[in-house]
Amino acid sequence: MVKPATPTEMMTIAAARALKSSDVCFVGIGAPSAACNLARLTHAPGITLIYESGTIDTRPDVLPLSIGDGELCDTALTTVSVPEMFRYWLQGGRITVGFLGGAQIDRFANLNTTVVGAYDQPKVRLPGGGGAPEIAIHCGEIFITMAMGSRAFVDKLPFITSLGHGTGPGSREKLGVKTRGPTRVITDLCVMEPDPETRELTVTSLHPGATREAVEAGCGWTLRFAEGLSETAPPTDEELAVLRDLHERTRRAHAGEA
Amino acid sequence: MASFLSLRDAIANEVRDGDVVAMEGFTHLIPFAAGHEIIRQGRRDLTLIRMTPDIIYDQLIGMGCARKLVFSWGGNPGVGSLHRMRDAVENHWPHRLDIEEHSHAAMANAYEAGAANLPFAVFRGYKGVTLPEVNPNIRSVTCPFTGEVLAAVPAVRPDVAIIHALKADARGNVLIEGITGVQKEAVLASRRSVVTVEERVEDFGPRSANAVILPHWTVGSIAVVPRGAYPSYAHGYYKRANSFYQAWDAIARDRETFLAWMDENVMKADAGREVA
Repeated sequence: MVKPATPTEMMTIAAARALKSSDVCFVGIGAPSAACNLARLTHAPGITLIYESGTIDTRPDVLPLSIGDGELCDTALTTVSVPEMFRYWLQGGRITVGFLGGAQIDRFANLNTTVVGAYDQPKVRLPGGGGAPEIAIHCGEIFITMAMGSRAFVDKLPFITSLGHGTGPGSREKLGVKTRGPTRVITDLCVMEPDPETRELTVTSLHPGATREAVEAGCGWTLRFAEGLSETAPPTDEELAVLRDLHERTRRAHAGEA
Repeated sequence: MASFLSLRDAIANEVRDGDVVAMEGFTHLIPFAAGHEIIRQGRRDLTLIRMTPDIIYDQLIGMGCARKLVFSWGGNPGVGSLHRMRDAVENHWPHRLDIEEHSHAAMANAYEAGAANLPFAVFRGYKGVTLPEVNPNIRSVTCPFTGEVLAAVPAVRPDVAIIHALKADARGNVLIEGITGVQKEAVLASRRSVVTVEERVEDFGPRSANAVILPHWTVGSIAVVPRGAYPSYAHGYYKRANSFYQAWDAIARDRETFLAWMDENVMKADAGREVA
């Protein structure tokens, strides 16, 4: 009997399922990296993973701790300079999916990873945008993965680090942005998608065991649920085994690097 | 022209108080040994430029070397915060730190513009975000052909670039392989440069026709410093010390613990694992 999935494992597995073998994916570190590599090791063996350090079509055996671990370069088809990565490959429009996480998100899937409180006198100084501001506008579409919590899913962001759907319908178009933006937010409790009319994030699927009440409690705005609300398919034994094996390999590899 | 010096002399010759300094290396080949030597020599009022400040700038900031930081992602990759950088920004410890914040795309373009001897970089970016409201160096320019409004940032033109590379040959040509980041651009954009290398060889021998090489006449001072990028890594020499990056979180979280660690591991360390 396989040990049941934790909410974090469910989040990673649900995120992995959103990726296709034909995708060219710009990968953020952390949960996105786990999801992208799980997809590659299960249903999407042909997926092209790109990390902003310049590694193109990389096939790491263990999860990198940073976006530039040697493992990524050693297993990549080719490695380009960072200016080339951002100019030719990202701005050039070659990436189908960008995978982002964040500290805070609002109802239109705008993200904050910069600061909590005033910019000049921050309560909490976060790492900042890195590649995200341009990933958010140049990739064909954006998937976001974040654990729910009322401090993370907030009514109003103190700072917009990367653009989602702005203030609603037409925001991206007004700025001349032609890509689709966030099409899916995968959390530890549910999957949300922007409403086709209002662009507001709406729960479309609850993970097994997650309740509406728990989802509502983890969100700082009054969350809408789609009419055809479904239940996320539970993790298969294969998905769980591959993910756990990947994490275990990673843990052993990093412990030996001092 | 490149000259081989000890690390101590290379830093003493090239880095002065008040300089604008770019120490690059995108996760790979971060010039830790050179940064430690700057700390030991007590340089002050530096403007530090780096896409990802990483542990090396956390150490320089915490030891009071920096007046200003220009950056695009200031975290400990895969671990969390850079606590010394945060303490400086949030609490002005050990003193006030000005920041100029960009995105990676902006910084990469700005280095390239510097290397190309242009006054500014142009790219499609910063749309629908708050950063332009708090950074007056993020502006726009209208394409004279299409009318499209594009983002513009000033070129990066440091006084001195500092990088770590794999090898230098006898003439002082420098070889970089693996993740090459923005190091070539940083050196070509700067007035002066310090390059530390894993080893000095007579000749590079067989290599790809497209290997990244900085010719000796583009490089200032070279110091041979084996393991000079540790705890980051050098492709083909040693791996990234991921467990040190994880351990740094606890070391840097507390001011006293940090100062004690720096005293023991940097201030008291031998400046010259040098030789040329």
